[in-house]
Amino acid sequence: MSRHTGPLWAVLAALVLPRAGAIEEEPSGASQGFQIVTFKWHHVQDPYIIMLWILVASLAKIVFHLSHKVTRIVPESALLIMLGLVLGGIVWAADHIASFTLTPTVFFYYLLPPIVLDAGYFMPNRLFFGNLGTILLYAVIGTVWNAATTGLSLYGVFCSGLMGDLQSGLLDFLLFGSLIAAVDPVAVLAVFEEVHVNEVLFIIVFGESLLNDAVTVVLYSVFESFVTLGGDKVTGVDCVKGIVSFFVVSLGGTLVGVVFAFLLSLVTRFTKHVRIIEPGFVFVISYLSYLTSEMLSLSAILAITFCGICCQKYVKANISEQSATTVRYTMKMLASGAETIIFMFLGISAVDPLIWTWNTAFVLLTLLFISVYRTIGVILQTWILNRYRMVQLEPIDQVVMCYGGLRGAVAYALVVLLDKKKVKEKNLFVSTTLIVVFFTVIFQGLTIKPLVQWLKVKRSEQKEPKLNEKLHGRAFDHILSAIEDISGQIGHNYLRDKWSNFDRKVLSKVLMRRSAQKSRDRILNVFHELNLKDAISYVAEGERRGSLAFIRSPSTDNMVNVDFSTPRPSTVEASVSYLLRENVSAVCLDMQSLEQRRRSIRDTEDMVTHHTLQQYLYKPRQEYKHIYSRHKLTPNEAEKQDKEIFHRTMRKRLESFKSAKLGMNQNKKAAKLYKRERAQKRRNSSIPNGKLPMESLAHNFAIKEKEFELLDAEEAPDYEVEETSGGIEFLANVTKDTASDSPAGDTGSDTPLTRPSSPRRGPPAVLQPPHPAMSPPASPAQSSRMPGPGAHARSAAARRVHSRRSFQRPRARRRPELRKLASLQPPGPAELPPLALEQEETPL
Amino acid sequence: MGAAHSASEEVRELEGKTGFSSDQIEQLHRRFKQLSGDQPTIRKENFNNVPDLELNPIRSKIVRAFFDNRNLRKGPSGLADEINFEDFLTIMSYFRPIDTTLGEEEVELSRREKLRFLFHMYDSDSDGRITLEEYRNVVEELLSGNPHIEKESARSIADGAMMEAASVCVGQMEPDQVYEGITFEDFLKIWQGIDIETKMHVRFLNMETIALCH
Repeated sequence: MSRHTGPLWAVLAALVLPRAGAIEEEPSGASQGFQIVTFKWHHVQDPYIIMLWILVASLAKIVFHLSHKVTRIVPESALLIMLGLVLGGIVWAADHIASFTLTPTVFFYYLLPPIVLDAGYFMPNRLFFGNLGTILLYAVIGTVWNAATTGLSLYGVFCSGLMGDLQSGLLDFLLFGSLIAAVDPVAVLAVFEEVHVNEVLFIIVFGESLLNDAVTVVLYSVFESFVTLGGDKVTGVDCVKGIVSFFVVSLGGTLVGVVFAFLLSLVTRFTKHVRIIEPGFVFVISYLSYLTSEMLSLSAILAITFCGICCQKYVKANISEQSATTVRYTMKMLASGAETIIFMFLGISAVDPLIWTWNTAFVLLTLLFISVYRTIGVILQTWILNRYRMVQLEPIDQVVMCYGGLRGAVAYALVVLLDKKKVKEKNLFVSTTLIVVFFTVIFQGLTIKPLVQWLKVKRSEQKEPKLNEKLHGRAFDHILSAIEDISGQIGHNYLRDKWSNFDRKVLSKVLMRRSAQKSRDRILNVFHELNLKDAISYVAEGERRGSLAFIRSPSTDNMVNVDFSTPRPSTVEASVSYLLRENVSAVCLDMQSLEQRRRSIRDTEDMVTHHTLQQYLYKPRQEYKHIYSRHKLTPNEAEKQDKEIFHRTMRKRLESFKSAKLGMNQNKKAAKLYKRERAQKRRNSSIPNGKLPMESLAHNFAIKEKEFELLDAEEAPDYEVEETSGGIEFLANVTKDTASDSPAGDTGSDTPLTRPSSPRRGPPAVLQPPHPAMSPPASPAQSSRMPGPGAHARSAAARRVHSRRSFQRPRARRRPELRKLASLQPPGPAELPPLALEQEETPL
Repeated sequence: MGAAHSASEEVRELEGKTGFSSDQIEQLHRRFKQLSGDQPTIRKENFNNVPDLELNPIRSKIVRAFFDNRNLRKGPSGLADEINFEDFLTIMSYFRPIDTTLGEEEVELSRREKLRFLFHMYDSDSDGRITLEEYRNVVEELLSGNPHIEKESARSIADGAMMEAASVCVGQMEPDQVYEGITFEDFLKIWQGIDIETKMHVRFLNMETIALCH
């Protein structure tokens, strides 16, 4: 610890010094006339200091995490408390005032809501509701039990005279018991997140800590009012009222949360045109639910928890991907920031001699009682629960549950709220609460990790999403609910089934965008994720090989690699360029044209590469130009890209699977190679027939190209359509051909090549399907949806092709162009399969 | 209850066979008679009377499983026309929670039994293999509840799942290797590490009440 405090001194000096400086400077500044620069510390004092504290806390976090050793052993919350103690001590030593304490207002209105909202919004719903019965039992019965036994036992000891003279009655003790009984969500989250126990155990402890808030609030306010009334005047009616108010507070809080969740989901349904403030709604409306229930004196924690739990599904579906990310990060940032501040301020608050009143017996007995009664309570309740639970809670789990009963800032804030006039021993309660909090967070937090390891508690495991698992899981849901239907039971599955039916038929329709309703199937999501991963690993594979050679030949054959991860360099090398090179050297002897050809090959490769990159690379978002606008972000290219990648990889998975399955991989490859070779030969043989290329052709070429790029700007679109649709039809043929192994696709290629002079009927003619009937679905749909990401490369190619074509004016330079064209063609089959496949299977 | 009551011997026998308690057997018997309309056997049509079942997307597969000879332990294939109460209980017993007090072997055994039931549901032609067609069929039905998912996407999901299964079970495949379908051994492999005990069970109560906890 001590070596970390070094840098903090500097920050601290900054915190303390301005204060002293400000006081001295103010009067001297006022006496003079106009001042160019004034030092107005008091204007900014409060927010400034708050910000500095937050900065200190955040910097401290950075420092903690510099050393993994420290954070692995000591939980962050404990470190923060200790830091708070140190800082508080320093401030106190310097200033002799307790600079800052955690006030209940700040805590309840600003620090607690983000943490609880975060918990609710990211709550694993299925797990939560699956264990709801257990959680409720622990939260309600357990908390009442803890409060009552702790309070009563302390009172009993007090009566025995062990604590000396205290000005408290039974009700004071019960009040204290009620606020010290509740397990604290902030502390539990902070510690358990680092421990990684299995999810069932986690959800039970954490759910308990969230839901016991209602009990705590009710018990606290009931006893507080009883204390105010005075012990004698409490009647039976008041007790009944107290019980009724428990139901009102808890159910009312929940209801408020659900209503606001409904509202929030509904609002996000219509935020399509105000994407930029979309994330704001999530925070504003959930916070409103918190404030509303606070206003109605209902359980605010329950309200915001349930708001988060209920809205998550619909909100996540409605808002755009970026907004979802924003919400996620903002929420995490707020929550973890709030947590940091809470723990640090807990430490700082403790440095105030005024609040400390020591009573050894009281403090120690409180510690003893809360541990002992929690243990007893957990064991009793688990014994009852295990008779009904499917997943039994093992003794080891129970140990963790007892040990995980951490107290935290909620208890502290509640105890600070007490009125000194009514509760005479407030200071004792405050100091005891602080001791309890520190003990549980620091000591238990420190030891729970070794304990969990020592007991070999089932840890949670991060699993990759599996499609099969999801599918079987879905099947199970249906089977189980069917069995319950058939056997006439109303069980868990029955209820879940009814709920999901209701959700699908009513709620989703009302609360979700129409577009979102579609894609919100979890199975689809997993599928989507897997596909994205495939695409990424595919590109990564290429990168790993240090070149784009892997990507360069995006023929379907290669795609098998994606899944079965067997890189086969031989097939890679059998790519277009390879074939071209070989054939070229065999036929052509002219150095000039050889050079020319090499260029063209490089061109082709470039193009293919470019195209592949377009196709597969997941572009970093920064690439998009941001034209500044407060209200709009640049249109959602990324989303489109996502979809595109998704579709493509899906096709590929599918295709590779089919080929693997049908065992036609080899045939297909062979057929393709054969075909390519044939086409190649034809092309090559056609070249020597014509005139030989002119000299200095390569030279001219580059210049002319630019010229004509401009010229054909208007004409280009025409060609794009023609070219691409042609290519696709051709491709559709190829795929069909290879399946049936008929030579039909090849017949047309000779003729157009020999008379390439008509510019309009260049490659499209080559690609024209001889049997249009064979590929009816291809062209119309395809040409209309061309401007997808992949189309870039293709349109570029088309333009290039075109520029070559329009090149054939006076000078007789047909041949080179032709060759250029010829060399451009081969990528066709290699490049386009994904599209053709897309044609075969309608997209999602 | 009459039949079961008059022959408590029979009930005891059923208890031994299926592992249900006598209360549960009685309860299920009541339900059985309700379904069958006081007949000794149930036919497929009887299941049409269960109103909640109608919304179930894989209804037909589930009902079929009730008549599957493999599940009834009556033969390697084929469907029974009707089932009696004992058969009914046999099917139901697949969904009994696994008794964790038993030894590891027995737990493993009942786990296998449960998985076999599921496997039989997928493997509709009883050839011991879930072929792509069969898998597609199941997935299509599974997803038919969602009107927004087209048949085609359901199919490609099935294909994807099949590929995943292939890569789990066979590992690296040769390019010309053919994966014909998921065998039961493969099926077990896929399920490895997944906690089936907590998934495939129904809490059979003695009374018809809402279970408080699961």
